[in-house]
Amino acid sequence: MMRPHTESLVVRFIARRSVPFIQLFALYVVAHGEDGPGGGFQGGVIFASAFILLALTEGWGRGRSRMPEPVSDALMPAGALLYAGIGLVALLLGGGFLQYASLAVGGDQHAQHLAHHFGLIGIEVGVTITVAGSMVTLFFEMARPKHFLNVPRRRRRHRPDPDA
Amino acid sequence: MDPLLVTIVNDLLLAILVGLAIASVRLPDLLGAVATLGAYSLVMAILWCRMNAVDVAFTEAAVGAGISTVLLLAAISRIGRHERRTPRTVASRGRSQLARFGAIVVCVVTAGALLYGTKDMPRVGDPSAPATTHPGVAVHYLTKSAGPEGEVGPPNVVTSVLGDYRSYDTLGETVVIFTAGLCVVLLLRQAQSVRRRRRAVEAGPELQR
Repeated sequence: MMRPHTESLVVRFIARRSVPFIQLFALYVVAHGEDGPGGGFQGGVIFASAFILLALTEGWGRGRSRMPEPVSDALMPAGALLYAGIGLVALLLGGGFLQYASLAVGGDQHAQHLAHHFGLIGIEVGVTITVAGSMVTLFFEMARPKHFLNVPRRRRRHRPDPDA
Repeated sequence: MDPLLVTIVNDLLLAILVGLAIASVRLPDLLGAVATLGAYSLVMAILWCRMNAVDVAFTEAAVGAGISTVLLLAAISRIGRHERRTPRTVASRGRSQLARFGAIVVCVVTAGALLYGTKDMPRVGDPSAPATTHPGVAVHYLTKSAGPEGEVGPPNVVTSVLGDYRSYDTLGETVVIFTAGLCVVLLLRQAQSVRRRRRAVEAGPELQR
């Protein structure tokens, strides 16, 4: 893992090509969590594993460039806030905390049923976002090679001033 | 399916599980130990499937066999692939033997207590077990959650319980995951920037010259 990448062209090709399919499968798992096995947690983990696969085969830096630090840092709280936000909106609209049916204010039973569904999907997406961001962060921080210091890209290497 | 066949398959899987657990402890090559732990999680996922707990099996396969294995690999990339053996002295040998004896005692007592406890547990899949007959919890969730007139809606009762009936708990879980990521950022990234600053201070006068 400390090496920049695996030498095998086959491994790198297959890994790179399977990334979109892994991500698509993650979204499928999230979307079908209501009907079958799966849900936000599993979907988030699978989504993060696509970036980890890239890092394992293409090197830490190239994997990180697909999910830069600011992005994954922002995803972590965003999901939890989305989850809690849905609960708070339900609370403000007169229902209980996380009582999804109250999201449809003044609607009939059908509207409430629909609101229930959307609330459930919303919190699943929230879980997915937080889990994906956290798993990516956990891996990339633990596996950070020594030469990837936590500095902005332009300041990473000290270049001697040519005029000096 | 033939009940005898079911028993044989289950026992075989459990035997593989025990073998993998012992192998993961005994292997001196940490990379092999991590791979063994991944295989352990995968066999465990098969066992969850056999108990019809598909959601748990899915999580076990994704988290146990996937992410934890990779995180352990990341840890190995920091600490090195092989166990380091410290040279033994008489005192350390005595200590290690004492520790070994204590570990055996703890293991035997715990295993005995657990085995004693299983005597009172209902059989696997027993329909008259308290967990499946509790009117306020299991029966309510299984009969009232799904369907067009249901309280929640989705056919997957596990999702109904996690996302709706026990939504507070899932919110807490999400916050726990967030906290884990936050702690890793604070600890590891902080340590690195401190190290960098120290190095910059040490190299400071030289750079200024």
